[in-house]
Amino acid sequence: MEHSGSRRRERKTPPRGSPGVVGPPCPRPQALQAEPPHGHLVGVIRGLTQSLLGVVVILPASAFSLSLDRPARVLLRRSRPLPPRQDPAMPAPQCASCHEARAALRRPRSGQALCATCFCTAFEAEVLHTVVAGRLLPPGAVVAVGASGGKDSTVLAHVLRELAPRLGISLHLVAVDEGIGGYRDAALAAVRRQAARWELPLTVVAYAELFGGWTMDAVARSTAGSGRSRSCCTFCGVLRRRALEEGARRVAATHVVTGHNADDMAETVLMNFLRGDAGRLARGGGLGSPGEGGALPRCRPLQLASQKEVVLYAHFRRLDYFSEECVYAPEAFRGHARELLKLLEAARPSAVLDLVHSAERLALAPAARPPPPGACSRCGALASRALCQACALLDGLNRGRPRLAIGKGRRGLDEEGPPGGRGSHSRPDPRLRSPSPASRDSSSPLGSDDVGVRGRL
Amino acid sequence: MCEVGEDYREPAPAGPPPPRPSREQKCVKCKEGLPVVVIRAGDAFCRDCFKAFYVHKFRAVLGKNRLVFPGEKVGCGTASRRRPVPAASRTPGLGGGAGHVGGAVPPVVFLLPQVLLAWSGGPSSSSMLWQVLEGLSRDSAKRLRFVPGVVYADEGAACGQSPEDRAKTLAEAKLVLQTVGFPWHIVALEEVFSLPPSVLRCSAREPVGTEGAYKAAVDSFLQQRHALGEQSQPCPQHPQSQVGPPPANQTEALSRLFNSVKTLTAKEELLQTLRTHLILHVARTHGYSKVMTGDSCTRLAIKLMTSLALGRGAFLAWDTGFSDERHGDVVVVRPMREHTLKEVAFYNRLFAVPSVFTPAVDTKAPEKASIHRLMEAFILRLQAQFPSTVSTVYRTSEKLVKAPRDGCAAGTPGPRCLLCMCVLDVDTADSATAFGAQTFSQLPQTQPPVAQAEAPTVSSCCSGMGGARRCCRPEEEEEEEEEEDPRAHVTEQLCYGCRVNMKDLPSLDPLPPYILAEAQLRSPRAKAEQQIQEYLLEDHEDAARPGES
Repeated sequence: MEHSGSRRRERKTPPRGSPGVVGPPCPRPQALQAEPPHGHLVGVIRGLTQSLLGVVVILPASAFSLSLDRPARVLLRRSRPLPPRQDPAMPAPQCASCHEARAALRRPRSGQALCATCFCTAFEAEVLHTVVAGRLLPPGAVVAVGASGGKDSTVLAHVLRELAPRLGISLHLVAVDEGIGGYRDAALAAVRRQAARWELPLTVVAYAELFGGWTMDAVARSTAGSGRSRSCCTFCGVLRRRALEEGARRVAATHVVTGHNADDMAETVLMNFLRGDAGRLARGGGLGSPGEGGALPRCRPLQLASQKEVVLYAHFRRLDYFSEECVYAPEAFRGHARELLKLLEAARPSAVLDLVHSAERLALAPAARPPPPGACSRCGALASRALCQACALLDGLNRGRPRLAIGKGRRGLDEEGPPGGRGSHSRPDPRLRSPSPASRDSSSPLGSDDVGVRGRL
Repeated sequence: MCEVGEDYREPAPAGPPPPRPSREQKCVKCKEGLPVVVIRAGDAFCRDCFKAFYVHKFRAVLGKNRLVFPGEKVGCGTASRRRPVPAASRTPGLGGGAGHVGGAVPPVVFLLPQVLLAWSGGPSSSSMLWQVLEGLSRDSAKRLRFVPGVVYADEGAACGQSPEDRAKTLAEAKLVLQTVGFPWHIVALEEVFSLPPSVLRCSAREPVGTEGAYKAAVDSFLQQRHALGEQSQPCPQHPQSQVGPPPANQTEALSRLFNSVKTLTAKEELLQTLRTHLILHVARTHGYSKVMTGDSCTRLAIKLMTSLALGRGAFLAWDTGFSDERHGDVVVVRPMREHTLKEVAFYNRLFAVPSVFTPAVDTKAPEKASIHRLMEAFILRLQAQFPSTVSTVYRTSEKLVKAPRDGCAAGTPGPRCLLCMCVLDVDTADSATAFGAQTFSQLPQTQPPVAQAEAPTVSSCCSGMGGARRCCRPEEEEEEEEEEDPRAHVTEQLCYGCRVNMKDLPSLDPLPPYILAEAQLRSPRAKAEQQIQEYLLEDHEDAARPGES
């Protein structure tokens, strides 16, 4: 997911609030001042005791360790070295895992202090666990990784590349060019660099090529006339889903993966409740969709990883990614959910996983679930109505009435009223398959898909 | 707001905004009276129409759901005091024996259900009280058909109020209760320390009757009333009023418990849990079959979003639906769920409904102090910007069902949470979930490269909490065994949301004894010991010799 560049520095302020463990390995007197005053007092006492007994006394009562649960506190305690060290003021914690290297970070969720190598290993182990336990990618799968150049898809590609030999899968990068000037070009350049560095095959699929010359800039110009700019995100999401699927077919993939993380899932469930989208709520929550009709199975291996850890991983592996926000997302509704999630996480650090757990266990009435999909009459893809959403949207664009397929009273285009408008643009390619049943309107900044999460790569 | 289904087709109207209600405008309903209040945007009601609208909503909610209706009771003579006979008295309309009077066959008497009104003193529950009062005083055809009682829980100790303030609030509350005139019970939260563990057990209840049963029951009741004449059903005797302030040691124990909780979120949740248990106990003791709470539409929308954030997504239908039958014999009903707080406030002001202000645990807390406060502020702010927020969330909540997870066997419901009494939603076998991710990431990785290969097997053997954890962390045992044990056997009987709350409690000792006793009772070790009980000899120090009596 693309955020402003300041997000990269988020890791310096983990939610538990204790600073000071990240930094150069030298005596850090300022760490004591940065700690809460209580810690300082204990540090003084410790210094005294040390001089008396010659051993380091653990800090049990610092405000930081009180905020941990018992196992993490024990690990923290164990991470302190026992013999006296050169620097009595502030011995740096050791990695709780290998007990050799100095710890370089604390994990946001558990507060465990780890060195860079152990953290990256742990992160990869957890992704592996998700994939294996959820049986997401069987051996021999050809996996199309949706790569947008942002941190999530970059981390996803990197982790999957590390795990590929163990899982027995082969990877292809698929990037989608929506034709947003000044934004997508830089992102694509990042993807190209990654593909070159990791020696992964890259396929770029462009809207202009697939959808008869319609780029997002053109769509935005067309929809801007009707006064509400939010809905260009709708187009982007639906069309990107189609483009990704098309790219996957070009490389003969068997599975599609995207880099949605736990924060995305949490925001989605909040947003869907606030918008009253019972259909999406009923569909979302699982680890991915198995793929109905002709659609490829999709999954999200990073679904249980928190965003902060994704950023930390990208930092420690020194990954090169593109981190700016799409230019068309000034007032998307997802922004409210995101802001709420940040506040919730500050009040209770496990809020993100709690929300994901809630999303997994929602029980909606059968009537709220979407109807079983049929086939689009034009391109043959999965659709709940006569036309699939992508065809409907494109037709609306082509006729000069971009809102035709969005909103409550939208009609199928076959029983349309006045046929006027421009007919000069070509029809969408009938070879295109759409994986998504016609999805309702959503104005998340980077679109939506039918499994209830943002359709961005 | 980008609401699903919002119609984007026409561009926003560029004309002038709709005119504000002016003095010459009439009530939109009766077109005659002068409007006094504006509900929603542009709907101006006069006083009488507003009252009719409000009262109609209340009765419609009760009538639509058909949960409160007369029950049959077989007794000797006319029961002078309605005893709690759960097995026989609630089955509606069976056998259709309407009115055998006298003779050798014991008469079948149709009695009105007893409903306990949970009154907190706040505007919504006071409004509910008033509606019930008015509903009962109507003429016979439209009268509400149940016998009410009121319970008021004094939570001053949890909120840190001084005894003088508590006494003052209690006096005000008693005044209001005497005005209303229903039988009332005032309980202090300290009484949780004397609750029996049976409060946490779900009693079997009668299967809910169908539509036909409801109609049959009401018809039979009316027939009986017609046949036997208008007998006023004897009210339950006026219960003894509170004996005095609770003992000081209990007050102190309660304050200790609440002060030991680290976060405001966990405090609020704990308070709600204890209050629910207390009210449940009062209802069971005095024979009430239903409890009505005054949650309004706004509060329920906030509660739904808060429950989502607390990890209670599986139980939303019970927490925010109209009826909540998880306790078995006592059903919690929410008749005010379609009234927004705005309507309640207007009604209370226009019709002078008395209420008592009581400070709560989170009074004057800053906005970011707890998840409840955050959600409340967020939703109210969003509501100001997009006026349909609350109603959208409410509509979505109506689509939630009380279903077990997909894939669960429909037969046996499974163990229930110790505190909230919902079926446990934690599946230790499935580790590709949020719960699995939390337990997995807590395992220490002892050797970095080898851990990767072992990760799947490690997780499969450690995917359970509690006892199973020890097998993978043997070095923990010597330090932690004494302290882990009591927590683990309580924690593994809790649902996900309650587990997260319990994490904020550093020690389980200050909890009221009934919780700990019930946890002890349900723990697997106790069950195992029960099995070998018959083989144990009196003297437990020697090794037990099986087979000897």
